[in-house]
Order: sequence, then C-alpha cells, then structure tokens
Amino acid sequence: MNLIHFVPVEPKLDFMGQTKIFAVIAAVIVLGSIGLFLVKGLNYGVDFRGGTLLEIKTVQAPADLEGLRGTLNGLGLGDVTLQEFGENDVVLINVPRQDGGEEAQQEALSTVRQALEGQVEEYRRTETVGPKVGSELRMAAAVATVLSMLGIMLYVWVRFDLVYGGAALAALAHDVIAVIGFYALTGIEFNLATLAAVLTVAGYSINDTVVVFDRVREELRRFKKLPIPDVLNKAINATLSRTILTTSTTLLALFGLFFFGGEVIRGFSAGIIIGIVVGTYSSWAVAVPLLTLARLRPVAPTGAKPEKVKPAV
Amino acid sequence: MLELPRWQRITILIAVVVAIFYALPNVLSRSTLDAFPDWVPHDKINLGLDLRGGAYLLTEVDFDALEAEQLRDLSASILVLLRQERIGVRGLGVRDGQVQFALREAGRGDQVEDLLFRDYPDLEVSRDGERFVLGFTELYLDQQRNNVIEQTIQVLSRRLDETGTKALTIQRQGFDRILLQVPGVDNPEELKALIDQTAKLTFRFVLENVDPERDRVPAGASLLPTDQVLPSGEPLMAVISDRVIVSGENLTDAQPSFDGGLPVVVFRFDAFGGQRFCDATRANVGRQFAIILDEQVISAPVIRDAICGGNGQISGGFTVDEAAQLALFLRAGALPAPLTIIEERTVGPGLGADSIAAGEIASVVGVALVVAFMAAIYGRFGLLADVALILNLIIILGVLTALQATLTLPGIAGIALTMGMAVDANVLIFERIREEVRNGRSLGLAIDAGFKRAITTIIDSNVTTLIAAVLLYQFGTGPIRGFAVTLSLGLASSMFCAILVTRWMVLSWARRQKRGTRLPIG
Repeated sequence: MNLIHFVPVEPKLDFMGQTKIFAVIAAVIVLGSIGLFLVKGLNYGVDFRGGTLLEIKTVQAPADLEGLRGTLNGLGLGDVTLQEFGENDVVLINVPRQDGGEEAQQEALSTVRQALEGQVEEYRRTETVGPKVGSELRMAAAVATVLSMLGIMLYVWVRFDLVYGGAALAALAHDVIAVIGFYALTGIEFNLATLAAVLTVAGYSINDTVVVFDRVREELRRFKKLPIPDVLNKAINATLSRTILTTSTTLLALFGLFFFGGEVIRGFSAGIIIGIVVGTYSSWAVAVPLLTLARLRPVAPTGAKPEKVKPAV
Repeated sequence: MLELPRWQRITILIAVVVAIFYALPNVLSRSTLDAFPDWVPHDKINLGLDLRGGAYLLTEVDFDALEAEQLRDLSASILVLLRQERIGVRGLGVRDGQVQFALREAGRGDQVEDLLFRDYPDLEVSRDGERFVLGFTELYLDQQRNNVIEQTIQVLSRRLDETGTKALTIQRQGFDRILLQVPGVDNPEELKALIDQTAKLTFRFVLENVDPERDRVPAGASLLPTDQVLPSGEPLMAVISDRVIVSGENLTDAQPSFDGGLPVVVFRFDAFGGQRFCDATRANVGRQFAIILDEQVISAPVIRDAICGGNGQISGGFTVDEAAQLALFLRAGALPAPLTIIEERTVGPGLGADSIAAGEIASVVGVALVVAFMAAIYGRFGLLADVALILNLIIILGVLTALQATLTLPGIAGIALTMGMAVDANVLIFERIREEVRNGRSLGLAIDAGFKRAITTIIDSNVTTLIAAVLLYQFGTGPIRGFAVTLSLGLASSMFCAILVTRWMVLSWARRQKRGTRLPIG
C-alpha cells in the first residue's frame, strides 16, 4: 500500500482566515532578522573581511587551544581567534586583516606559520584574502543577491503579471532576510559558501510560490464567481501535498549534506534547510495573502458581490 | 496516445547511452580503462583543488612598477642619444610619470623633436620651446600590458614546471591579474618564493669615481644597495650606471655549480650577449662592473681582462638552494613586471581526501533517503521516479566528465541538492495525475493531462532557480562556481528526466495494464 493513499488530494485548510497571524509572524521574522543583522551582525569569513584563515591538524590531540591562543596573540597581528573544528585536534585560526596592503597579509601568514613550527601535523587549509579581493567579493555578493532577486521577480512578472511579481518579490525578500537573520543569530561564518546558500534559497524557495501562483491563475479561470479568498485557499490546498512532498525530499537530501558533508558544508546546508522551510511557509503565508491587496479579476463578475479587499500582511 | 513520439524515444535513448558512456570511466580503475580501445572516453571527472589538494594564487601584475622602470630606461637611452648628437641637456629625469628635460642651447629643439620622432614611434612628445615632456602612448601601453601578461604566464610556467609534468593552470583574469592553480602543492611558501622575484639580471658598470656618501648621483645613474652591510646595519650603497651592458635575456643557459667549494651559478651568453660583453670588457679593463639582480648588486668584480669566452659565473655568497633557484630563474627568464599575491588558498591532501569522502557519503545518504521516501510514498510510480533520479545522476556525471568541468565540494553539494529538487517535477506530475483520476478521467487521459498541465509549472519553477544559479556563477569565484555548475546542470537534466523519461516509463506501464486498472497512486 502506498502512503500517498493517506494523503487527501484536496485538503480543506483555511489559510486565508489566518492572515492576521501570518502577518504578525512575518513581521517578527523580518524585523527580528533585520534587528539581529544590525545589532549582532554577520560573522564574516575571510572571503569578505579579508585576512587569513588556517585550518591545522595539531601534533598533539586534543589541541592545546589555550597555548596556541597565547602564542598567536603575542605576534602583534591583532585579535587572533581559534576554535576547534570538527575534531579535537583540528583548529581553525582566524587572523584579522592586517593594515598595510596586500603584502602585509602574506607576511602575517608567514609569521603565523613560523610561530606554529613543530606543532602542526598538517596544514589542512590556508586562505589569505587581501583587502582588494575582499572588497570586490563583498560587492559581488551584494550585486549577485540583488540581481537574482530582481531577475526572479522579472520572470514571475513576465510569466504572470506585476501583482504576482510583486508578491513573489516580497516572499523572496522575506526568505532571504530570514536566512541572513539565521546566520546572524547562530554566528555561523558568513562566507562565499553561505552566500551560495542564500542565493539557492532565493532561487528555490520561489518554486513553491510559483507552483501556487500557477494554481491560483488556473482556479481563477475555473471559478469565476467564487470569492477571491476561497479561490486562494483552493489553490493552496490543491498544491499542498505536492509542496510538502517536494520540500521533504529536498530536506532529506540536505540532511545528508548537513550530517555527513563535513564542516565546510555544514553551515551552507543549515542555511538552505532553514531557507527552504521558511520559503515553503512564506508561499502560503506571505505570497498568496499579498495577492488580495490587488484586483485579481479585471471586472467583478455580475451576480457576485464585489469582494472586500482587506490588506493581509 | 500511450506512446511517446518516435523522435522523443530516440532522443532519450541517445542521451542515456552517451551519458553512461562518458560517466563510466569514473567508476572504473585505471588499468581497466587502459585496456579499452582509444575511441572510448578515458577521462575521469576533473576534481577541483579543494578536493585533490593544491594551491590557488591570484596575483596582480604591477604595471605601475613596470612603467616606472621603462621611463627610467627611456630617460637613460635619451641621454645616450643626445650625447651622441652632442646636444647638451639639463634636468633630465622622470617626474610625474613622464620623462622631462630641457636643452642647454636654444634653437636645437626641432632637431631633437625629429630625433625622437625617428627613434621612438611610441612616444607622445609635448614640447614648449626647449623643454620636453615625454610619455608613452595609451595604445602602446595597452599592447604592452597584453604582452606582459602573456610573457608572465610563459615565465611562470617555466619556473613552476620546467618539466611540464604538473597539471598546472595559469590563466589571465580580467585586466591585470593572473590566476595560478597548482595541484598537489600544500606548502604555498615554496610556490611564493618562485613567483615573488622578478629575477631581472643586468650587467652594468659601477661609477667608481662617484662617492655614494657625498656626491650627487649623476643623471643616468642610480644608487643601488649591495649585499655588504655597514656597521650601522644599512647596506653599503653603490652608484651604478643605468646603461645595461648585457641583461638576463642574453643568457642561453644557467646552472648551479661550485667554485672553490662555494656555490655559484655558471651561465652562457648567447652570440649577441657574448659579443657585447666581450667588447665592453675589452674597452674597460681595470674598471668595476656590477651584476645586478632586481635592483640589488649581488657582485661587483673588477675587469682584469677582456671576457670573451661567452661563459661566466656569478658568485654572490649563495647557499646551495639559492644558487639552484637563481639558475632556475635565469633559465626561465625574468618576469617583465613584479607580481603581488592578492588572494591565496591552499588545501592540504588530508582535507581534500576527507572532503571527497564526506561528499560521497553525504550524496549517497541523501540519494538513498530520497529514493526510499519516493518508493514509500508512491509505490510503483515512486520506483519509476527513482529510476529517473538515478539516470539524472548519471547524466550529471556524464556531462561533467565530458565537459571536463571542475567538480568541487560545493559542486558535490549541488548534485546532492538537485537530487532532492529533481523529485519535484515528478511529484508535480503524479499529483496532477492523481487529481485527474479523481475527476473521473480514464487512465490514459489522466496521465496525458497530468503531464501536460504539470509541464509549465515545472519549467516556471526551475527557471527561477536557474536564474539564481547563473548569477552565482557570474559573481562567484573558485569552488562556488562549481556549485552553480552542478546546480544548473542538475536542474536541466532533472527537467529532461521528468518530462521525457518518467513519462515514457509511466506510459509503458499504462499500456501493459488491462482496461479499468486503477492507478497505483489514484
């Protein structure tokens, strides 16, 4: 017996009756994330802030973090931070960006390597980003995020119309802001990989929205006289099992990455997991309710009372 | 109605066979592969530096330093030219990025202008009476920058890989950057030692009659440090003519050697260099000349006799390693301009191997979970979707291998992620079919309508993700680009698999059913 037989084809949940609660939750998520971003800030990785990162495997296990911290902070390179990374003999060392241009970063790396002489079994990774590349990557990250959101909005606009495009953009912004808030809250390092997570969320979380919108349009054509909130409810319910199933399979793949993909991939997959859950939710709670703000039918059909359009979010 | 058009069936078969063909070498051992005939693809997937370990260095060519040096050379050669023509000059030097000078006598400006025009076609000359200001034309500088980048790439590949055996890539990036990717190097210090010296070698005369402590350095000469250190800790300076007798370009070979037990570098001049050096030393017996490496005097012997054999040696208090490195630099040639490292990433072999293992486990676990989930939810149709999923994986691997695109750790994550996303298309289709059945359509009609109505949704939802992936590729660097590649590839191939392959399988299943059979998912 397949489990799908237990899933109703069209459940009858009233999403549009909950728009007030949805609005409050969305406001909390968005304002909370923006607040975290402004107050706590992101823990920028070496890609964006410049400086040097080393991942070393120490000769002794567990690593003598205190000893290493003392040695490295005595080098005059500023506040060097150390943390255990995955295993107890693997240490991640973050050296802040040095004043004095590109060469200064290289010199800092050499200094650190000399200071660590004899204590390192393997340099697993070293990354040095100079001030020039750091600022270019920051710029590229911002441009890529904004352009991808605009690109997606444009596509939805062309395929549907401006109302749908605007609602999609709002849901998209909600999801992206939530993921950035998640990174600010957890202090997970924000680097190129986590940026990739943000963009992936932007691209993927919109899927659910597009699928619902597709259905909204179809139901609008089919039920010319049904009040708009009922049509929207129908559309969400009709796509509900699909959306939950798809989100589940994507989450399953992501759990594989999160638990087994190693430290580097963990922060990345955590962000996508959050983004996909939030994205699925926002397609019901943000994108669809926002559609009620605009007139979805050109002229109110005869015989039906003109709908009361109530701002939802 | 229960069959795909013939061309679609053929397309599917060709795509599947070609994908398997290219993906296959990845799971075979080297020795098995070698036994295959030549027309079978032998390439395995191209692993990124983050997976196989190695160094990634982004360097910037210092065009400013190069141009400053060229202006100095220009200034020196103009002095020679004017002396030959017996034209007196004052205040010759480089100021504000231009060579400036004034003539001592009035009325010879036109003659100088003609001379400059004849000998230096790439100069922009502006003149105010007897005062001249010279700079290079923008066109010339542009051409030169391109040449410099090309030459730098050549020199670097000779330095880093004399034997040409390492799978090293050196490529230009943007206006003034060169990206080096060297697999298997986990100590970047050695690599950096090979690129942070331009290794410009010149032979020039020492101006012994000018005291570097008291006298003003005359036009056409420079004050350069030597390797001797004064009691104050400062290096001893020497006044060296800017005119180059012979430079490193005129060497044909250089090897490390020993002289009296001390490491030295022995070299050979080419015919032109040998002749010039012979002439210069013959005319200047008793004078001191200097061997200068990157504006540092490494030795300044006195000429006892004309040196005409075409051979020479440099002894500069080297260690054995330094002599070997200098010899390599002289063989490989000098970098036309200094390089600055602006980004550096190295991954050791241990982390690389760990990442491959982690990526494999994560993908296998992810795919297994998705496959099991689909089978549990949709039963027989779920298994069909699983077949399409595995095929999707083979197509991604096949295309990556055929294109020799680089697979990185985020790239593996991209593949695993698309495995989860790929199911979306199938779920959309199955849910539609389920609905059509509920609406009372027959088996065949339900399947047909389900696919037709799902397709636009599938395309819409995948295109949005593709937009993000393309921008990520455009703006990302290094390993992240690998993610964008596998994500886009995975999405494209999942659309193909769901729209064509799953449909074919579902239709084939439906054809074998008796009239009135219920859909397994109905």
